[in-house]
Amino acid sequence: MIQKTRSISIRIEGVLVPTREGTTILQAAREAGHTIPTLCHMDGLPDVGACRLCIVEVGGSGRLVPACTTPVQEGLSVTINSPRLAAYRRLILELLLAERNHVCAVCVANRHCELQALAASQGVTSVRFPYRYPAMPVDLSQERYVIDHNRCILCSRCVRVCAEVEGAHVWDIMGRGIHSRVISEMDQPWAEASSCTHCGKCVQACPTGAMAEKGRAVEEMVKRTDAVALAASRKGARL
Amino acid sequence: MSRIKLATIWLDGCSGCHMSLLDLDEGLLSLAQHCDLVYSPLVDATEFPEGVDVALVEGAVSSQEDLARLKTVRARSRVLVALGDCATTGNVPAMRNVYPVARILQRVYVEGADVPVIPSAGVPPLLPQARPPREFVPVDVHLPGCPPKPQAILGVLQDLLQGRLPKLAEVQFG
Repeated sequence: MIQKTRSISIRIEGVLVPTREGTTILQAAREAGHTIPTLCHMDGLPDVGACRLCIVEVGGSGRLVPACTTPVQEGLSVTINSPRLAAYRRLILELLLAERNHVCAVCVANRHCELQALAASQGVTSVRFPYRYPAMPVDLSQERYVIDHNRCILCSRCVRVCAEVEGAHVWDIMGRGIHSRVISEMDQPWAEASSCTHCGKCVQACPTGAMAEKGRAVEEMVKRTDAVALAASRKGARL
Repeated sequence: MSRIKLATIWLDGCSGCHMSLLDLDEGLLSLAQHCDLVYSPLVDATEFPEGVDVALVEGAVSSQEDLARLKTVRARSRVLVALGDCATTGNVPAMRNVYPVARILQRVYVEGADVPVIPSAGVPPLLPQARPPREFVPVDVHLPGCPPKPQAILGVLQDLLQGRLPKLAEVQFG
């Protein structure tokens, strides 16, 4: 039996906004015309709250919650923009940039990268932490695509689009904390992942230059994120 | 508006940021009305002078010489601007950071050369890693970009000329 979702109201930046039970703060805010910066969110995919860029303040105490995974509640009061949130968002972006090797100038996704664009829009002009410059592998084994762990931010969009939309579940995340890494199947070279259908949805869903089509030079990898998000939303609607 | 003493320096970079500065074309004329370029790869001065108002630093810090020069620039300049991605993130020069220096020298000067000699005389010893200036000295303004757009450089200099902290709208890495 399909139950009708109950209409409720929340406050966003002090203004009363009508929404429905079961919606996330992110959805409700976007429907009301607000912009919340996101990185690991992709329309049509289940949210996991990996990147924390969409943190908002809720309630009188200003508790921080990720907008993408927090459901709305009657009477909830949400702040999207504050100096504190802006500072945290910049901090998150700086930590992402310091963690691996994001050499924008020589990246296939230069000027088409969500991390790069967010750094610009959130006012990150430098990183106040020492860069880690870790030695990261690049897997060139696959015939048509490449995964470059130097640029990976562990958003897990590739993992989710492969598991939830393509239904192959080639990708997963191995390890913990700073040692986390995206792996194909049982940490084999991509070419040896027999469940891979070579559909390329992971590549198109990737927000940075971590996954790319082979043969793309600097600045040439323009992702078709919208097409993948549309496919994901349609699949979600069918289920 | 009094005339300011402007200096520029080029550490481990490709000089692209300086080319971008030159790309201001006629914008350089308006700058010249308010600035004296007292030290730069583009002028003859051999020693970095005292009392510099604004210093633009291009490049990462890769060698002991880079570090010594950066410290001199910091000590003698009021405002230090990190110009471009190498001076902000390490960028391309920092791509060597995952390899030990000895391994790099071996690869380039021994395995990659017809006459295998690792140079030691007249060249500054490399630091273990190429890192951005802010990891060694305080940096007042970062202007990322590879290279930063000429107009962005002009904007920063105009803001500094008028005693404002630059706003840096619409600048990005890469």
